[in-house]
Amino acid sequence: MLYLLVALIHGLATNPNFQWGLIGHNLFDGFVLKGAVRTLMLTFLSMLVGVALGTILAIMRMSPVPIVSGAAWVYIWFFRGTPVYVQLLFWGSIAALTGQHVAVQIPLTGIVLFHTSPTQLVPLLLAAVLGLGLNEGAYMAEIVRAGILSVGEGQVEAASSLGMRRLQTLRLIVLPQAMRVIIPPTGNETIGMLKTTSLVSAALAYDELLQSVTLVYQVTYQIIPWLLIASIWYLVMTSVLTLGQFYLERHFARGATRSLPPTPLQRLRALFVRNLTMFHARQATESPTRTRREWP
Amino acid sequence: MSAGEPALGRPMVLAEGVRKSFGRVEVLRGIDMQVMPREVVVIIGPSGSGKSTFLRCINHLEKINAGRLWVDGELVGYRQRGGKLHELKENEVARKRSEIGMVFQSFNLFPHMTAIENVMVGPVQVKGESKAEARGRAQGLLDRVGLGDRGDAHPAQLSGGQQQRVAIARALAMQPKLMLFDEPTSALDPELVGEVLDAMRGLAAEGMTMIVVTHEIGFAREVGDALVFMDGGVIVEAGNPREIIANPQHERTKQFLSKVL
Ligand SMILES: Nc1ncnc2c1ncn2[C@@H]1O[C@H](COP(=O)(O)OP(=O)(O)OP(=O)(O)O)[C@@H](O)[C@H]1O
Ligand SMILES: [Mg+2]
Repeated sequence: MLYLLVALIHGLATNPNFQWGLIGHNLFDGFVLKGAVRTLMLTFLSMLVGVALGTILAIMRMSPVPIVSGAAWVYIWFFRGTPVYVQLLFWGSIAALTGQHVAVQIPLTGIVLFHTSPTQLVPLLLAAVLGLGLNEGAYMAEIVRAGILSVGEGQVEAASSLGMRRLQTLRLIVLPQAMRVIIPPTGNETIGMLKTTSLVSAALAYDELLQSVTLVYQVTYQIIPWLLIASIWYLVMTSVLTLGQFYLERHFARGATRSLPPTPLQRLRALFVRNLTMFHARQATESPTRTRREWP
Repeated sequence: MSAGEPALGRPMVLAEGVRKSFGRVEVLRGIDMQVMPREVVVIIGPSGSGKSTFLRCINHLEKINAGRLWVDGELVGYRQRGGKLHELKENEVARKRSEIGMVFQSFNLFPHMTAIENVMVGPVQVKGESKAEARGRAQGLLDRVGLGDRGDAHPAQLSGGQQQRVAIARALAMQPKLMLFDEPTSALDPELVGEVLDAMRGLAAEGMTMIVVTHEIGFAREVGDALVFMDGGVIVEAGNPREIIANPQHERTKQFLSKVL
């Protein structure tokens, strides 16, 4: 079993197809790094749009006004019901359209409201962020709504009895407590988003990480090593995000539990200290671990 | 205590034929009650008799279906103009609620805030008080309920009795003219009941107008100006607490008292 594993790793490490030398050499190439930064930026901006939109949609869905909650429901229905790739292609084609000469005029007056020149490159980034963010908003809406519902009714009543209004209660009392429920799935969404941004390379040809390496291997045909380079960076970025998620969750666990979970660092230290004390304990074997209480 | 001293001749709470239904179930079936300023009225009654619902109607957490309900001379939730009733807007309802303190069976402290932040949040966010001013008053209120040194604790770090005392301080921070207590000691271990009742006793002694739903008959006898026994959404018997407890007139009151005494 172990032999197989070793053989596999050995095979991977020595297989010329992977060209580890090439990977090591190009891992920190300028355009690779630039692609990684763009992927991060795309993830961050799209999640920003998604979280903001999701929060608004969640609040709208819980509105007592039927038109407001209905509108949110239709939005979520549409964006969750269509593939994000199709949505990206859609935004891409709009971007391409506006890349040509477009002018918006008020009919019959000849006054030009809005005008783009053919040379003006409609920012692909904007199209990508819109495509990813508007889609994400539909998912975040459900996550935020679940968070809001997780906060007990007594909290809302206590806030109301102090004279807080609905939105004040949401902002000051409900949402901070809902965070405990909202953060973990949002972390997952962020990590998912980081990977979903790779769809943008195909749909919009915006050169984020995957598109950057694609541009290279389309020329050199060294597909596997360049895809491995991209994968290594995706792994690094998701790992960093996972760590960030841990600290955020810990921050919002305040008040809900009496003691906070240890950080990875604290865990390491505890492991070290425990082993040390076990070592000492083993040396002092003579001392009894427990004494029985004597009853008269 | 309260901002505008209420006129002594006018009832703080006046209920006339108050009815409330949830769906087809009528929970309050014509409640008449009068609470004068500085009075302590204790409501007792079996589970499901509508005690909580009536308290919640008083600060408009529930809308009544029929009858009339006034607090300090103003209709709850409505404005009367030319013989017609107009429903109040959200911020008007909120402003009126801010003048009525409420203490819940399950405390309902805000768990993400410290004790002193719980007491400050109302004055700062609703009344627009400065943080420094609100903190000073909050500290004074925590001192008063015997928790001056626990201001930085989160609710989860406090005992039930301490949490309920913070909740009382939080309600008092709004300088209410009326305090509603919904079984404030029912969720507490027996040895913690006393500290909460003591805080309420002190409040009554200072002249706060209070409506208290409780099963603590001793408190009713000692502090109450009036005792109201509710059953099945109606008031069965009301009057001097000492007389009712010693000599209940109705069979249902007798039965209930024999169970809780
Ligand atoms: N929001 C609601 N929707 C439907 N029914 C309700 C609602 N609130 C209360 N009820 C019903 O109204 C009745 C009276 O409830 P209420 O809470 O006022 O009783 P209570 O006298 O306070 O009882 P307890 O001593 O158990 O607190 C109960 O039968 C309850 O099930
Ligand atoms: Mg009740």
